[in-house]
Amino acid sequence: MTPEILAELTALRDAKTPVVLATALPGGAQRLLPAPDAGDALNQAAQRALDRDESGTVAIDGQDWFLQAYNPKYRVIVVGAVHIAQALVPMAAFLGLDVTVVDPRRSFATDERFPNVTVLTDWPDEALDALKPDSRTAVITLTHDPKLDDPALDRALKSQAFYIGALGSRRTHARRLDRLRELGHGDDAMARIKGPVGLNIAAVTAPEIAVSILAEFIAMRRNAGKA
Amino acid sequence: MSAETQDILGVAAAWKRAGEQVALATVTETWGSSPRPAGSQLAVTVSGKMAGSVSGGCIEGAVAEVALETLRTGIPQLLDFGITDERAWEVGLACGGKLKVFVEPLA
Repeated sequence: MTPEILAELTALRDAKTPVVLATALPGGAQRLLPAPDAGDALNQAAQRALDRDESGTVAIDGQDWFLQAYNPKYRVIVVGAVHIAQALVPMAAFLGLDVTVVDPRRSFATDERFPNVTVLTDWPDEALDALKPDSRTAVITLTHDPKLDDPALDRALKSQAFYIGALGSRRTHARRLDRLRELGHGDDAMARIKGPVGLNIAAVTAPEIAVSILAEFIAMRRNAGKA
Repeated sequence: MSAETQDILGVAAAWKRAGEQVALATVTETWGSSPRPAGSQLAVTVSGKMAGSVSGGCIEGAVAEVALETLRTGIPQLLDFGITDERAWEVGLACGGKLKVFVEPLA
């Protein structure tokens, strides 16, 4: 890899721009995609690699290209700097996810409780408006407090977030759905919310609940059961 | 950060910036029960540092040797590992999988 390509690739990744490193095989000539002069076939193959988040080798006009997809990390927005978040956040970071914690209660949302993670003390609706959840973002509410959870879920439902989870029992969740319905959300849209959040592994402790939530996140991300 | 999610290119680039001679190996294609998907990477330095993986540990040694060779010659190589390949028996791809690995120096 030439220093020029490494520098450009590093800059694009730092800017969280999706990019593909294409390597001509077996020779090893490299270029970054998409590029205006690369041709439709190669650019489209690069886009597919990014969409599927899958690297692989393709043959185009008799030339093999290895396409390495570099997507930005998946993002996880955790609303509620609570005890379960303290278990969830380091596990999510370990999975290679880009984690942000949101909690306006400053006694909870401290850097001591959440080292090396972005902690925002804005109200959840304002925070989500700024963070703009996309199709590679998960929003997980953990506060149990309608004042904090509801505005976050409202914004999450209006976004492309691919995973929305809300901590709370079935009864709590039913009441939550009633409130969200009053805000104008339909039942189909609200079916996107995983509530109670997490796979049912009979989790009890905070770390166990964190595992169940992240297991559900992984199943959604990898399309488990849909292949 | 875990081995699965570690940013190997980032690690390799950081080693390079620190003055190391670094080669990068990338799985480009797999068949059968290969343990790591295409795109998995292993970074190797002349000084003996290693990060990441391209298999379950079966071929890392052989790949690291070629990585050092590409640093000497400056020429990338595309390696083929599989059960029909004599080399695979040598290095023991016990999983029965088959894969190709592109090895390049970070110039």
